[in-house]
Order: sequence, then structure tokens, then C-alpha cells
Amino acid sequence: MMSSSNPNRLNASVRSGRIDRTRVVNCTVDGTTVQGRPGDTLASALLASGTIEVGSSVHRGRPRGILTADCTEPNALVQRLDGCPEPMLAATEIELYEGLEARTLSGVGWLSGERDTARYDKKFVHSDVVVVGAGPAGMAASLAAARSGARVILIDQHRELGGMLLDGQSHISGHPATEWVGRAARELAENQNVRVLTRSAVLGCYDHNYLLVAERRTDHLPTSSGAATRQRLWHVRTGQLVLATGAHERPLVFADNDRPGVMLASAVRSYLNRHAVLPGRNAVVFTTSDSAYTTALDLLSSGARVPAIVDTRPDPPARLVEQARAAGAQVYPGAAVVATEGAPRISAVRIRGLDTGGALNGSPVDVSCDLLAVCGGWNPAVQLFAQSGGTVRWDPVVAGFVPLNTGGRSTRVVGAARGTYDLAGCLAQGFAAGAEAATVAGFRIAPPPVPQVDGDRPGARPRPVWAVPDESRPPEACTDHFVDLQRDATVADIHAATETGMRSVQHVKRYTTISTGVEQGKNSGVNAIGVLAETLAANSPGEVGTTTFRPPYTPVPIALFAGRTHGSLYDPVRTTPMHSRHEQAGAVFEDVGQWKRPRYYPRSGEDMHSAVLRECAAARTGVAIQDVSTLGRIEVVGSDAPTFLDRVYTNGFANLPVGRARYGMMCGADGMVLDDGVSMRLAEDRYLMSTTTGGAAKVLDWLEEWLQTEWPELDVYCTSVTEQWAAVAVVGPDSRTVVGRLAPDLDVSAESFGFMRFRETVLGNGTPARVARVSFSGELAFEINVAGWYGRALWDAAMAAGADLDITPYGTETMHVLRAEKGFVIVGQDTDGTVTPLDLGMDWAVSRRKDFIGKRSLSRPEMLREDRKQLVGLLPVDTDTLLPEGAHLVEPDASRRPPVPMLGHVTSSYHSAALGRTFALGLVSRGQERVGEVLRSPVDGSDIEVEITTPVLYDPEGVRRDGPAQG
Amino acid sequence: MTVLHRVETDLAEADTATAAPRHSPLEHRGAEFERATALGPRGVRLREEPFLTQLNLRVPPDDAVSEAVAEALDLTPPAANKVSGDEGRALLWLGPDEWLLVAEEERARGALRAVRSAQQDASGSSVDVSANRTTLRLAGPAAREVLEKVCSLDLHPRAFSVGDCAQTLLGRTVAVLWQVGPDPEYRVLVRCSFAEYLADLLLDAMAEFLEG
Repeated sequence: MMSSSNPNRLNASVRSGRIDRTRVVNCTVDGTTVQGRPGDTLASALLASGTIEVGSSVHRGRPRGILTADCTEPNALVQRLDGCPEPMLAATEIELYEGLEARTLSGVGWLSGERDTARYDKKFVHSDVVVVGAGPAGMAASLAAARSGARVILIDQHRELGGMLLDGQSHISGHPATEWVGRAARELAENQNVRVLTRSAVLGCYDHNYLLVAERRTDHLPTSSGAATRQRLWHVRTGQLVLATGAHERPLVFADNDRPGVMLASAVRSYLNRHAVLPGRNAVVFTTSDSAYTTALDLLSSGARVPAIVDTRPDPPARLVEQARAAGAQVYPGAAVVATEGAPRISAVRIRGLDTGGALNGSPVDVSCDLLAVCGGWNPAVQLFAQSGGTVRWDPVVAGFVPLNTGGRSTRVVGAARGTYDLAGCLAQGFAAGAEAATVAGFRIAPPPVPQVDGDRPGARPRPVWAVPDESRPPEACTDHFVDLQRDATVADIHAATETGMRSVQHVKRYTTISTGVEQGKNSGVNAIGVLAETLAANSPGEVGTTTFRPPYTPVPIALFAGRTHGSLYDPVRTTPMHSRHEQAGAVFEDVGQWKRPRYYPRSGEDMHSAVLRECAAARTGVAIQDVSTLGRIEVVGSDAPTFLDRVYTNGFANLPVGRARYGMMCGADGMVLDDGVSMRLAEDRYLMSTTTGGAAKVLDWLEEWLQTEWPELDVYCTSVTEQWAAVAVVGPDSRTVVGRLAPDLDVSAESFGFMRFRETVLGNGTPARVARVSFSGELAFEINVAGWYGRALWDAAMAAGADLDITPYGTETMHVLRAEKGFVIVGQDTDGTVTPLDLGMDWAVSRRKDFIGKRSLSRPEMLREDRKQLVGLLPVDTDTLLPEGAHLVEPDASRRPPVPMLGHVTSSYHSAALGRTFALGLVSRGQERVGEVLRSPVDGSDIEVEITTPVLYDPEGVRRDGPAQG
Repeated sequence: MTVLHRVETDLAEADTATAAPRHSPLEHRGAEFERATALGPRGVRLREEPFLTQLNLRVPPDDAVSEAVAEALDLTPPAANKVSGDEGRALLWLGPDEWLLVAEEERARGALRAVRSAQQDASGSSVDVSANRTTLRLAGPAAREVLEKVCSLDLHPRAFSVGDCAQTLLGRTVAVLWQVGPDPEYRVLVRCSFAEYLADLLLDAMAEFLEG
């Protein structure tokens, strides 16, 4: 009985199929409801419902139909509309689910503007043996390997294991092959060393057996299936790899070969046996090899008529001809289909003889039909083999490109993937390869015996025909002989490419766009090579060769590669122990590398400008506090630590006494400023180096590089301790009072606690602390360091100790202004990799007595040029005008016709509360000589007049560093 | 001059009548970890083990020195990517000349002093890094599956088991991974500033088991 909604569904007594007949699944295609059964694909449900036609072709608008039953489909491409719309999915690959909504496409889909909320993630696993493909060869390999105790992963694209065994009616050991498949699947499932990934495509096969596998986990379920991972990208590393990737059937190229109703013979079998769907009732079979005879017999046993089997071979195997005739099919040996008719579905074919030279002969026979099952031969699926570095060769016996070596040191190819198409051969190769792979991986095992296989024997040699001649037109005019259906590319297009002089298959591919669609040549590639070989009068497709096989093997959403690495997991956000306090204080944060640092702390109604002016004023006139925990910290330990620091810093550190700190500058080997910071000498053999916030990791790498590659003899060890320390800078004339309250045991007077000294103490709250008198603002300032876990307590204690003095938290913006007023540079802001310490006027930090990294570069002629850019202060003549950072500086009388000679640029620019005006720092050619000159900065069509000054604009005498005199 | 190094863990203890509260980076997320616990045969749970004492030891590949250092700690020198000792006090191998002492605070007293004394005339270093990292504990039958989502190492019991450790990337942060129990049960030591990220990452990876 055939139900009204599924007129082409075979009765269970004819074909049970691998579907659940007790349930109905409803979906919508182009607005029309289509019913299917669990186990259907969208394509099989359409066929069951009587629909074979899909979207028309992309360029020529020709009607097209479902051609395949697998990932090689060029026609039945749809846009999924439910969930997050997804383009260009093959209907042959979509498992039917309730609520599926699809629209057929004419070669072009669309990306949705919607956010894809589905979950994609990754998994990293390792294995002894990976088997790709769960057809008979792959299952045999997995069984053999798994029985050894080795870790095995079996990967297959489909929902069920079995491969081609599910499409046919073979027998193993006297029972239907599907029973063998079921037993094998159970054995694998029960073995805890085996992982079976179904609905999983190996996208890429890389060096050292590194595989990327896309697993579709919920695509077969209704889209409401919630937060589960939709697709998972498996990163698989394996010692041994068995490729049992099977083969893809080729279509045939002849006039009007694109008509709906033309279908691969193997797809017809698959629909019949796997889905119990009869795609046509009156089917012509057109083949170049044995395999399509089985399709003819399956059609006949399903109740279809097969009025003709057209075989290009003049002498097909007699037993097949006998079988076909006995079942009611007429065989036309040495013949070809030369034309089709239909409006649009195929209604008739024309058959003519094909002589041994490939020319048409004899008189035409017209046969009516509603289905044309075609078999142009088989392409071993060598894509993954080739991706992993394998070479393919043309094998004239199997008429396909096969692996040159099937048994590499760690990669083995078995079954149809190497051109073995008989079941017994596939099982034997699989068992052998699985056992070998396990043995090589260290799990010795002998291959199991190959079971008896009924009625199966190696096929006779095929006779490929790359393009059936047209009845009237020469090849260059064969504009309806389609080679690539998705791209609407024909035999005539290949001729046009060679007419322009192209010979390489790579060029022809790109010129014609053949094999550039979603099937990536699985369907069209070898036919194009065959046609090209004939056009170029090559001896075989092997002379032409293949195009390059590249990942991904099948299309996947880009979101899969992102996995969970988006949104809050895109990149770590690093925070200090005081972060919650900054949040509570309403800080506006800035990203410094991966760190979140408070930029400023606006009070109600304040913008950044006014908040920064207030914070600066507090630091200059009262007391202010900044979280400086993000500074990089490296402990440098060892008897050679003084020597080492002398070499990496431009200034001396060996002579730094214990208990003191010193500002240090580092250069690259090119003499350019690399990083800077204050280092403390904790002991004779122990320094605590600080780096810039953004430079911490880079500096540690730099130190390790020199220690490990240049100076391994030095007894020095570097340990990153950035997070070990939480630190606050307490800044301003009142900072001494605050620190005195925080550290009652510490004598903080100017006399006993000098500048660039540090002390260890225990704070009033019991916290051990290291207190240093360092200043990045020119003000009296202390940096208090405690173990990270006391950071928040330190912050709270400091805020409490300074409450009556209106202690003011300040952020990076205020820090920038304060340091710029003093002419202190920020590496990376005022330097850009082309600036030397001398350019910055920091000669005092460059030792003349000792050697250091970059020293020789500093004496190169280029570094000694007098017109180098030098750090200067910049004062806009109009005291309210703020120079944009990056603005250029030119001579006042410079012509404005490009190229305008550029003297320099602005590196930092701020409003200053202390100066009551705007100011900037910049790098200017001969800057030190130009102090007092007025230059111009062209900004937005007008000029800003700027006076050049020395960089230190505030407290040039440095009297504020020690704070107010104590009374 | 004031005595130096009082700020280091075991040298500070003598005068630490600390009134100040200590805070671990993930202390505010305990309830969230609790809620994320999945029970049963595919269960997994996460919690923070704060304030473990950690000393980064650089020990030159010289048997006499390394044995002296290990002996000072009453432990044996760890083999490559192995841990010697127990959860309460252990030496983790981090590199050819680098170990990490990880110990419960009460079992770490005097450790830094002992190591420095053993290292006195030899090259090497010992640095208190107790507050540099915090420790996450990931346990339960699905713990390995959770880590497999964020870690590219082979964590199969044949390749990584109790007493093994590795410095590796978890997602986008460096961490020290240490298997402490067969369930499996792992300690993950992470730099404090990356702790929130790692907690987010692991909770995200655990979600699938909670739903099941």
C-alpha cells in the first residue's frame, strides 16, 4: 500500500527500508508540507512524496532534480529557514525532523542577518587507531583494531554504520549484511576503548595524522532542542589511520543530461533499499560498469519496469546480461544514451550504438521512461588521503584515481577508497589493515578470518565515456552536455578554456568554475578531467592529473571553528584583586592588553575631562591612590643576576645597593626602546624587576631568550610573579601621612626613607608588605606591595587611612597626565619601536662604561644623525586647544603642496590641571635644538600653532618628590 | 636595614597576627560552582582550593643539588611530568630545571627556608608564588570529558593519570594540570588574574553534563 502523502513509498513487504513507518514527520519545502518518516532525508521524503524536481539551475534557469543520495549532490541545495537560516545545504544530507522548513535554491543561498545562537564547541582527543568510514571495509578495520585493546575511533558521516551495505541486499555468512552490521556496531559500542562518531565528517587530514572532524549532534532534531551543542569540532590525533572512505559514483555527460529524473544508479539503490522509496516506475539504466546492473535488478524487484539497460561496453558480463534479461530488462550493449526528452521531468531517452572508437553508430531507439539511472563509473574518495600528503595515480582497470601507496607507515587505505569494490575484498582489506594498524600501534593482533560472502565477485572492467558525442553538434558546441550541474558548466565550456590556450586542469577549473561548488569536485571533478583529457588528446585522465584536494571535505559553518571562543570566552579578561572595589567606585575601565584597568572614576555628573582634572588635582595637592597591580613582576635570582641586569638594562644595576630601587630601560638589539620599569634589589643575588603592564610576557620571553640562547653560562633564573603581588601607588603631598598610618612600624620621614628606597614591614592590619618610594608623577609617592590575596584589604585600609584627607582613586588617564607633565614617557605611546633612549633625552639612563643589549646599535651612523626625532614638550599657543595625538608638525612656512616635509608628530596630549592649560609630548626632528620655536600642526583644514619646549613642564627642579617639609 | 623577605610566605608567619582578610580570586563564585555540580555517572563538580602554598623552585639538573633540595622538603625529586609526594605536600615537575612545591599551608611551614638553605652554595632559585596562582579542583566521572573540551593534551588514563602533571593551555590561559585522583580528580593551578576566565571556561564546558 502506498499512502497518499507518500505515493512512492514502497510497501514494507517489498522493501522494509531503514525508516520508522509508525511515525510521520512533517516538514515544509517551498511553503508546501512534505511528509516523511523518521529515517528519511529531506531528499528521500521529497521523492516519497512524488517530487524529484528542485531549484532551477543558477545561470541558465534549467529545471533540475535530485541527482544523488549523498554529499556529492549538486542540484538539491536548500536554504534551511527554521532556526538560524543556513544556506546551501544538500537535501540528500538533511535528516528529516519535525518542523524543518526549507526553500529550494537556484545555486545561491543567503547568509542570515540573525545571530546564530546555536552552541558549537570543540573536543580534543587522541587515539591509537582512527578509522574513517563505516562501510564494510571500515567496520572490519575497526573490529580488528578494537579487539587488540587499542584505542579506536570510528568516524562516519551518516547516522547509522554500514555504508553501502545499507543500500543493498548483500549477504554475509548466509545472513543479510545488515545483521552483520548490527552485530559489529554492538561490539564496537560495548568496547570502552572504542569511540564511534556518527553524523561526523572528517573535514581535514593533516600532517602526523591530525584530523579535524565535524560532528552534527542536533541537526537531526527539531530546532527547539535547546542548549545542547549543535555541532562539535573534534581535534583528533592518532598514531595510525585507516581510510575507508569509499567511492562516489560519477554521473554521465550527454546531451540534456541535467533533466529532472536523471539520477545516479547508486542513489536509486539507496532510495530503494535504505528509504523504501521508488524514485521512478519506468527506469532506463545507463552504465559504464557492472554496478548499475544491481540497481536494475533492485528496481525490477521493487515493481518498477526497466525497459532498457544501456551499457557502453560492447561485451558486458554474460551472467549480468542473463540476470537482467531474466528479470525483464532489455540490455543494449555497446550503446549510449544520446538525448533525453521531458517537460521538465524526463519522459524518454534516445539510445544509439557507440563504436569502439567512441563514435555513434546505428539507428536511434527511443525509449520512454520516468527515471534514468546513470553510472559513469566510480571515484575512490581519495580526498583525505591526498590532503594528508598522499599521491594518486590513474588506474585504467578501475577507471579512477587511486592512492599510489595504500599502506604507508601510519596511513592505510582500504576498500572502495582504493578501488576495491567487491565486498569480500573490502572485508579482507579492512580486517588486515585494522590488525596491522593496531599492531604497529603496539597492540599486537592477527586479522580475523574473512566471513563467507554470497554472490559477490570482482567486477568486469568498466568502459568510461567522458562525453557521449552529440548526434549533430561538435564537442565545442555541446552547450547542453553538463559537467558541473551546480555551476551550469558544460563540455563546450571546457573547450572554450582550451581554446584560450589553457592546458592545466587547475587553470581550466578556475576558468570554467567546474568543481568550485559545494560538492568541490566530488561529482564533477573526474568527468571534467576526462573531458579535458579528450580535448587535449591526452592518453588518459592520469596525464591531466587532478586539482588539489583541500579541506574542508564537506562544507561546515564558520561558527564551528569559533566554537566557544566568542563573547565572554573570546579572550581572558584579567582583573586585579581590587577589581570589585573599582567596580563599586564606578570606575570606567580601559583594556590594557588583556587587563581591565580603571581609566577614571567619574563622580555623578562628571565626564572624563572633569574627572581627570579632579583626580590630577588630588594627586598634586592632596593624596590619590592607584591600583598598580597589573605591572609585570619578574624575580631575577642567581649569583650572576647583577651581571645579567647590567646587560639587559641600558643603565647599571650591579652597583645598586640592596634595599634600593632604580629605574631601568631596556633596548632591543637594534637599540630601540623595548620596555622600562623600576627594579628593586632584594638581596645580593635577587632582584624584583617590574615591567610595563602590556610588556610583562614579552620581557620574560626576552630575558629567557638571552639566558637560554646566548648566555647559558649565567647563573640566573627568572620567575614571573606578576600576580603574586597586589600593589597600590599612594601619591601626593599627603601620601606620607596616609602611608604612615597604614604602616605604623615604618619611619616614613624623608630623612630615613629616601627616594628610590624600599622597606619591608608589617602593616597595621597585620599584612606583610614591601613599601617603595617611587614616583611616576613627580609627587611624593609610595608603592605598597602585598601578597595578592591581601590586595583588597590593602585598598580598603588605604582608603580608610586617607578618608579624612579625601583620598582619591585615580585611573590610567590621570596617571598619563601626571607623568606627561613630568616628561616621563610611556613605552608604546611615546615610543614606537623607532625611538632610542637618546632620542628621548634619557642619556642619563644609558651607561657608557658597560656593554648592554643594543649598545652597538646606538653608535651606528643612523643613530647619530642630528636630525633624528627627539622627545619634546609641546604647548599649543592657544592654551585651550588640545592637539590630537598623532597630529603632524610642520615648519610654519612649509608649502602645503604634498609632499609636505613632516618634522614630527604628537605622541601624548592632555589638559593639565596643574598647568592650567593643554600640553603635549611629541617627537620632533632636531627637537632639542628647537626649544622656543613655534611649529604648526595642520588639523582639520586649519593650523594649530605649537611652541616647542623641554619635555618636563611641571616642577622641573624636582622639589615635590620629597613632599612638603615636615613640621 | 630592615630584614628583607619578610613578605614571603613562610618567613612572614612568625609575625602574622593578620587581622586583614585574605581573599581568593574565586571566593565569590562558590555558590555558582555548587549549582553547576552534576551528579551521577556523568557527574562533575568544580570548586576552588584557595591559599595553597606554592614555591617555584629552579633546580639545575645536577643530581646532588636536586636531591638535596628534595630532601630538604622530605620529598623525592619528581620525574618528568610527574608529581612526587601527596596532595598535602608535593613537588610538581614543571620543566627540566623547574619544580613547583604545592602544599597545604600548615604543611609548608619552613619550606622556603629549608630550600634556600639546601641551595645555599649552588645555583638555582626559590620564589614564593603562593598568591600568584589559585587552584581549581575538578572532579567526577565526566571531569576528563570537560577538560577534553579545553585542553589538547591526551588525558586518557593510559597517557595521563594520578600523579601526572603538565603545564598546558586550557582554552586561552596557561595552567598547571595535576591529576590527584582516579575518579578522575584534577587540580588546576591558574594565575589569579586568569582565574575568572578559567572558571567561566570550565563552567561552560560542564553545562552539558548538568543538562543530561
